[in-house]
Amino acid sequence: MSDDLYRDIILDHYRSPRNKGTLDPADYSYEDVNPLCGDEIRIDVRVKDDKIDEIAFSGRGCAISQASASILMEMTDGKTLDEVKAITKEDLLEELMVPISPARLKCALLSLKVLKAGIYGVGHDDDE
Amino acid sequence: MSTAIQPSTIDGLAIRKDFPIFQQAPSEGRVPLVFLDSAASSQRPAVVIDTVSDFYARTNANIHRGVYQLSEQATLRYEEARHITAQFINAANPRECIFVRNTTEAINLVASSWGRANLNPGDRILLSVMEHHSNLVPWQLIAEERGAIIDYIPLTGDQRLDMEAFETLLKNEPKLVAVAHVSNAIGTINPIAEIVQKAHAAGALMLVDGAQSVPHMPVDVQALDVDFMAFSGHKMLGPMGSGVLYGKRKLLEAMPPYMSGGSMIRKVTLEKTTFADLPARFEAGTPAVADQVGLGAAMQYLSDLGMETVRQHEVELLDYALEQLLSVPGLTAYGPDNLDERAGVISFTLGDIHAHDVSSILDNQNIAVRAGHHCAQPLMHELGVTATTRASLYIYNTKDDVDRLIAGLHKANKVFGLE
Repeated sequence: MSDDLYRDIILDHYRSPRNKGTLDPADYSYEDVNPLCGDEIRIDVRVKDDKIDEIAFSGRGCAISQASASILMEMTDGKTLDEVKAITKEDLLEELMVPISPARLKCALLSLKVLKAGIYGVGHDDDE
Repeated sequence: MSTAIQPSTIDGLAIRKDFPIFQQAPSEGRVPLVFLDSAASSQRPAVVIDTVSDFYARTNANIHRGVYQLSEQATLRYEEARHITAQFINAANPRECIFVRNTTEAINLVASSWGRANLNPGDRILLSVMEHHSNLVPWQLIAEERGAIIDYIPLTGDQRLDMEAFETLLKNEPKLVAVAHVSNAIGTINPIAEIVQKAHAAGALMLVDGAQSVPHMPVDVQALDVDFMAFSGHKMLGPMGSGVLYGKRKLLEAMPPYMSGGSMIRKVTLEKTTFADLPARFEAGTPAVADQVGLGAAMQYLSDLGMETVRQHEVELLDYALEQLLSVPGLTAYGPDNLDERAGVISFTLGDIHAHDVSSILDNQNIAVRAGHHCAQPLMHELGVTATTRASLYIYNTKDDVDRLIAGLHKANKVFGLE
C-alpha cells in the first residue's frame, strides 16, 4: 500500500500554503473547527464588484485540512461570489487529487464549509 | 502491584488464536493487522462472541419476569454474570454491581442520582485535569444545576497528579472526589489508594473511573475502599454495551432512582411508586442481558490468565516500546517514565506532523492507533498540544507489533521529509 494520501500536491500545499494569513479589515471572516481532530480554519475575504478581490486562510491542523484550504484559495481567488457558491464538495475533492477515506472527509472539506458559511453570510447582507 | 520487568508468561501470538478478528485475512494489498487501540475498545475472544450467540440460541427470554423455564435460565445466566463481576473486582456483595451500558452511563448515574440528592449550592466536587470527558461533563452539568463548585487537581511537570495541590484542595471540603485510576490519554497510573484514603479523611466520597485500570491490572474495590467504581465491558474483551457501576451498598440504597420505569419498582399505584431493592432499582427496563453474560465470559477469560500476568505482559511490552521509541527522530512521548506509574498507553507527538496524518500513514501499513484529543481536551491543553497519537497495548500484542509501529513512524517521518 503506497501513501497515496500524501502525494506531492498535498505536501506541497501543506509546506507552502497559498494565501496563508489574515485580512484586516475583511468583508467577512468566518472560522470553524473540526471537533474530532481539532483542525481550525479561518477564512477572510475582501469582495469588489461581486468578485473575490482578496482571500486568505489561517488556522492549524492536519496536512489534509491545511492543504485543502490552500487549494481552495487557488480555486476561488478572483472568482465571482456566484461561482464560489457553485463549488461543490466533489469539485474540491477532485482538485485534491488524492483518495480521501470517510474518516478524513471532514478534514478535507472543513475549508469549503467555512468559506460557504461566510459567503452565504455576505450574500445575506446584500439582500437586506 | 508488582511491576518488576519479568519475562511475560503470556505469548501474544498464541493468545491471538483465541481472537477471530486476528484470523481474518487482511483486505487486498494490505499487510496483517497490528491493533494498538485497545484503550478505545478491545477485541473480543471467540469465547465471548460464542457466549453471546449461545445466550440467544439457547436461553433467550426476558429476565426477572417469566415464570417459565427459559426466563428462569436467562435470569440465572444474567445473575451469574453479576457474581463473576463481584468476584472480579472483589465486591463484598453482587448487589453492589449495577449493570450499565458503559463507564459514561455509570458516572452519569452517580452524578444524577447521588448529585441531585446530595449537592447543594456552594458544595464542592473535586476532579482532576486529566479526566476523560465522561468523568468531567456529567459533573459540570450537575454542578450547574445544583449550584455546586468544581475544583481540579493540577498536574506535575511529568504528568502525574500534583498530590500537594490535591491535599490543599481537600481543605475546600469537597463532598465527592472523582478521579481516573489510569489516564486514558497518557497512561498515568494515579496513586488511587492514597487518594481514596485522603479523600475519606477529608470527609469526601470517592468515585474512581476504572475504565482503563480494571481491564489491565488487578483491582480490588474493598482493598482500595472506593465508594464508586465505573468501568466498561468493551475495553476488557467484553461486548459493547456492557458495563458496571460498583457502589457501596449503603450508598446505593440511599440514592434515588436514576432512570425509572419497568423492573425497578416494588409497587406502583397511580398515586405513588416504591422502588425495588438493589440492583434492580438502578436497572430500569430490559438490560443488555446477553452482553452482560458475555462480559462474564470475558472476566473469566481474563481471570484464567490472571490479572497480575496481564499487567506483567503489558509492562514488558511498554518497557520495550518506550526504549524503541527513543530511536524515532522528533518523537515526544507523554506520561511518566516510571513503569510503576504507567499503564500500557503510549501517547506521543511526532515533530510537527499532525496526529491525524501520523495515524493515516500508520493505517496505510494496517497499524491501528488512535489520534486526536482522546476525549480529554483539558489535558491536551495542559500538555500544550491539540492532539496526540496514542498506541495502547493489551494481551494480544507482541514485540513484533511494537517493531511494526516503530517502522511506521520512521515512514511517517520520511513522507514528511523529516528523516
